[in-house]
Amino acid sequence: MKIEGEQGKSKKYGMVIDLDKCTGCGACMVACMAENNVPFKQDESDKRLSITWMRVYQLTNGKAFPDADICYLPRPCQHCEGMHEGHSPCVSVCPATATDYDAQTGIVSQIYTRCFGCRYCMAACPYHARHFNWWDPVWPEGMEKYLNPDVSVRMRGIVEKCGFCFSRYQKAMEKAHYEGRRELEELEYQTACTQACPAGAIVFGDLNNPQHRVHQLAQPDPRRRGRPGNPKAFRLLEELQTYPKVYYLSSREWVHKAGHKAELIKEAGAHH
Amino acid sequence: MSTADDASKHAPGTGAADDRADGAGGAIIFAFVIGLAASLIVGWVVFPKLLYSQKRQPIDFNHALHLGLEDQNCESCHFFREDGSFSGAPALAQCIGCHAEVQGDSPDEIRFVEEYVQKGREVPWLIYSRQPQCVYFSHVAHVRAGGMDCVSCHGHIGESERLPVYEENRISGYSRNLWGHNIAGFKKDSWDRMKMDDCAECHAREGVTQASVQTTKEGCFVCHK
Repeated sequence: MKIEGEQGKSKKYGMVIDLDKCTGCGACMVACMAENNVPFKQDESDKRLSITWMRVYQLTNGKAFPDADICYLPRPCQHCEGMHEGHSPCVSVCPATATDYDAQTGIVSQIYTRCFGCRYCMAACPYHARHFNWWDPVWPEGMEKYLNPDVSVRMRGIVEKCGFCFSRYQKAMEKAHYEGRRELEELEYQTACTQACPAGAIVFGDLNNPQHRVHQLAQPDPRRRGRPGNPKAFRLLEELQTYPKVYYLSSREWVHKAGHKAELIKEAGAHH
Repeated sequence: MSTADDASKHAPGTGAADDRADGAGGAIIFAFVIGLAASLIVGWVVFPKLLYSQKRQPIDFNHALHLGLEDQNCESCHFFREDGSFSGAPALAQCIGCHAEVQGDSPDEIRFVEEYVQKGREVPWLIYSRQPQCVYFSHVAHVRAGGMDCVSCHGHIGESERLPVYEENRISGYSRNLWGHNIAGFKKDSWDRMKMDDCAECHAREGVTQASVQTTKEGCFVCHK
């Protein structure tokens, strides 16, 4: 009845974010929270306690007028491939098998009912992409009717993160199965942040597929663990060898530098 | 403890003490056997009965009768939509096609027409196979892509004349069909139980890609959401 690989060719879903296009409007953050039933509190001013799967950071080049420049950097989960295929920082440390790397899609999954909240993964993640539920989610009255039924809500005491809107992949595959297909078209599976971005700064697709825009923009080199061939493209903290599947594009030299560890340490030193 | 020590100390040489110890030992063993039997009966018979409440469906639907009248088998009523989603238990709109008025003389049908069709109320069917919220299941992947028939998982419900009793777990609220009817966990047919290991076992057997890096089994997002 079934043969190996009948689920289709293995994918490597990834994202390319053009930082020269991002205006920092935050539409991606809002779309993400609505799509994924991300809980929020009345007071969200303490960012260490708030949950934002997609967060827009503001970077500055630290120079005075007229050379001052800023850049907004949206940061979803980077879906790292890790040193060996699939051994991303969080997956290697999870003692509960709650987070896992799926070789079929390249997505780092998080199963909420499996997680017991030890938060090793949060300590391991160099991108602060993981968040802990310090409280049970409470939505304003009536808002629970607007929750997405395709994404399960999370309880107090567990870790959650961006999953590249995996429920949309499941839905797209259902339609494909109905039509007798095994493969998805590029635009059939897109994340909520990608579709919400008014500037078109976020592009999503299969990095293994040369027809997809992410592949063309990032030009990942499979012999060098997906390092971008496009000189405009870089990955965050490349020197940590986490091999993320989220690429950033910028024509500005200082933005490229800001994506590296040495620069972050210097920044932190300057602030404290 | 002290009596046991005393008994062992005085046991050699004193025949009267020997008899007393044997009598007490027999009583203890007897009480233990009775207690064990009582605990087993409570655990295996009484507790499962207490754990599940028995519910009847609002209308006792006759699958066999309907299946004989429809030409597309199960898919006449349980069909796929164009986006690949599955319709599940039919909505009132599908039943009205035939049941706008009473067709036969079954008391259940008369009640169905009077209480639901004429009042425009949906029937609150109890879904035997409803999974917890964290579970993702795609009918279309199994039926269209996997080429499975309905009987493989649902058994011979299509030939039944009455709906089975719906047993609801009083603690979790889930249907007993998920945990399985056999309290010892034995399973004869594929539709006896619908737990995670049952899904995983069939997926491994049927060669669904085992893409998980941590477990070298299948990826978590295949069945979770």
